[in-house]
Amino acid sequence: MNRRNFLKTGLGAAAVGALPMSLVEIAWGAKDEERFTFAYISDSHITHVRGNEFVRNWDRGLIRAVAECNLLDPRPDFVVYGGDIAQLGKPEEIDHGLEILSGLRDKVYYVMGEHDYYVDLGDYWRKRLGPDWYAFDHKGVHFIVLNSILTYSEWTHKKWESGMARMKEMARLDNPNGSPFMVGEEQRKWLAQDLAKVDRDTPIVVCSHSPLQKIYKGWNFWTEDAEEIHKLLAPFKKVTVIYGHVHQIQYNQIGNISFYAVMATAWPWPYPNTYALAESHLPKLTVPMNRADPFFERDATGWQLIDVHSGRVDTHYFLPDNTNRSVVFDEKRGHPVDTRYQAVAARIPPQQHY
Amino acid sequence: MRRFQLLAAAAIAAIGLQGVAAAPPLGLPPVPIPPDNPQSQDKIKLGDRLFNDKRFSADGKVACATCHKREKGFTDQKPVSEGFRNLRGTRNAPTIVNAAYMKTLFWDGREPDLEGQAKQPFVNPVEGGLPDHGPMLEVIRKDPEYVQAFKSVFGVEAGDITIDHVAKAIAAFERTVISGNSPFDRWRYGGEPDALDEAQKRGFEVFVGKGRCVSCHVIEQTQALFTDNRFHNIGVGFKKIRGREFQVAREFLRAKRAGADVDKTVLTKPEASELGRFAVTENLTQVGAFKTPTLRNVAVTFPYMHDGSLETLEDVVDFYNNGGRLREDDPVSPFLSGGIRPLDLSDEEKKDLVAFLKALTSPEYAQIAQNR
Repeated sequence: MNRRNFLKTGLGAAAVGALPMSLVEIAWGAKDEERFTFAYISDSHITHVRGNEFVRNWDRGLIRAVAECNLLDPRPDFVVYGGDIAQLGKPEEIDHGLEILSGLRDKVYYVMGEHDYYVDLGDYWRKRLGPDWYAFDHKGVHFIVLNSILTYSEWTHKKWESGMARMKEMARLDNPNGSPFMVGEEQRKWLAQDLAKVDRDTPIVVCSHSPLQKIYKGWNFWTEDAEEIHKLLAPFKKVTVIYGHVHQIQYNQIGNISFYAVMATAWPWPYPNTYALAESHLPKLTVPMNRADPFFERDATGWQLIDVHSGRVDTHYFLPDNTNRSVVFDEKRGHPVDTRYQAVAARIPPQQHY
Repeated sequence: MRRFQLLAAAAIAAIGLQGVAAAPPLGLPPVPIPPDNPQSQDKIKLGDRLFNDKRFSADGKVACATCHKREKGFTDQKPVSEGFRNLRGTRNAPTIVNAAYMKTLFWDGREPDLEGQAKQPFVNPVEGGLPDHGPMLEVIRKDPEYVQAFKSVFGVEAGDITIDHVAKAIAAFERTVISGNSPFDRWRYGGEPDALDEAQKRGFEVFVGKGRCVSCHVIEQTQALFTDNRFHNIGVGFKKIRGREFQVAREFLRAKRAGADVDKTVLTKPEASELGRFAVTENLTQVGAFKTPTLRNVAVTFPYMHDGSLETLEDVVDFYNNGGRLREDDPVSPFLSGGIRPLDLSDEEKKDLVAFLKALTSPEYAQIAQNR
């Protein structure tokens, strides 16, 4: 490596890694007061073993994300936690996860994940954190938090042996006895009422646990009533959906809605096969996920800094033991793009075997 | 001069330093030579003299060799180095031996090559202590033997000698400080099944297996540099800034934005030093991450870690065995690398692992290891 390249790569890494510090200004014509950042941490899957013992690996992921997030300077305006604090929704797991998250220096907004929910239908989570769907306004942006991991009432209220039996069923992948996620009628009604009060020029950011789009049903990378949500959001000029659950970087544009997935702090999922094979125009696979180095437990996990400007969102992924990435909204093309890996020649070839 | 040449010649003969085009020793690849700084016998000799010249420091007592002593495996065997007027830095002097293979230099990789590295210590306020390179260039330009040597090596007149020439000569010398041919190399690459004893062989299995060492301290099919040239937070030193990371990082970055030099800051400010690779890249995922050092000759390059905080190889093994802490009840760094976790090694496995590490000593340094 020659000196010029060395300096180039060093600076490149700096620009991505320390974006808020690096005085990067993109000229969108945004007024200063409209620009702000928030952090996004998700999918920690804190797992209780016995007594005071929890799975060390998942603990470390959340601890590290909190520690790194706390170094952001300037501070983000708030943090969103994207769901799945717990693995099996046990109070011990939610308590332990919230104890780690209490180390964050900023206000946290919480999203419900299915791993927080199906053991007691979210009772303990709500007891600790309040309602699981709500809206708030911040610096001219209307934020909506949805509980998108509900499902058909017949499934939820089957004669389960126990809440835990239901939880474990929902936690399985490719489970023929599972059931697809949805936002559901009651919440859609609330959403319609909430949106009725919002000016159509107001930028909207929706935080959900599952993707509000249909990617792969077998793993519930899926929201059954996604199209109906899209319809409710259709009148608005600038809409962004940020979701967890998939433990990988995804981005997409459907109509007026830009989608960004966030990483887990616990473990990565590979891209499901049908993701690439689907004929549907949504969503398009752009960059296959590079497989985690199994030695480094944090590889292919991470957390995010979301930069909001002119009502659009840039997502900066902090990826330990890997190269940080940024997926930003491209005004010209009208959809999100990966700043590093969009060009075919710049991609890291994925491993095809798992 | 004559006496110096004789000494140098004797030293080269005794220590087995590599000449211009010598084949690499067993276990090592050819030394990478940058195209803009080819090796020559004269350049190496000049670099050796510069490396040992104490006049390039504020008190005339500190040379490169002060902290990189040949008889100490090209380290100083101190926790952190002492510069002019015995001022202390923040970091342990890494060995020069096989530094030629490193893809970045310094614990935080802030320089890309030996040439870049060599320029820094002269002007660091706790090392050479010079205000800039001017005074040492003055010394060189007034020393007829140096003037002659620079002329023959670089074709420059006295007035045209620059710090870049000095750095190139020192780097050329350092590219000859290469050592392989350890008992491990003879066993692994030399076809000598008896070069390791049974404990060392068992230790090798721990090294590549349960101990998880080899994932960063890399061994390959035909060679072993024992480093991945990457940066990892293994849990060393974080207690010094625990709870103050935000302030330390912020102060450091603000000073850096205002023009503060990274080399000077990290060696003079113990708290900033603990930011590790972050100080260079500003990447939040690299807080407290330091470069993987080679393990060759590790038996003589004590004490260990970037701050020299671990005295013995037994301590180092305990540190890793406990998942990035010396004692089981010590706190774990929140920034800990995902590669570090408790290993659950038995006492026997730990002993074997230490035995294996002692098999990485090259013959040039075997006597030093025995004298410890």
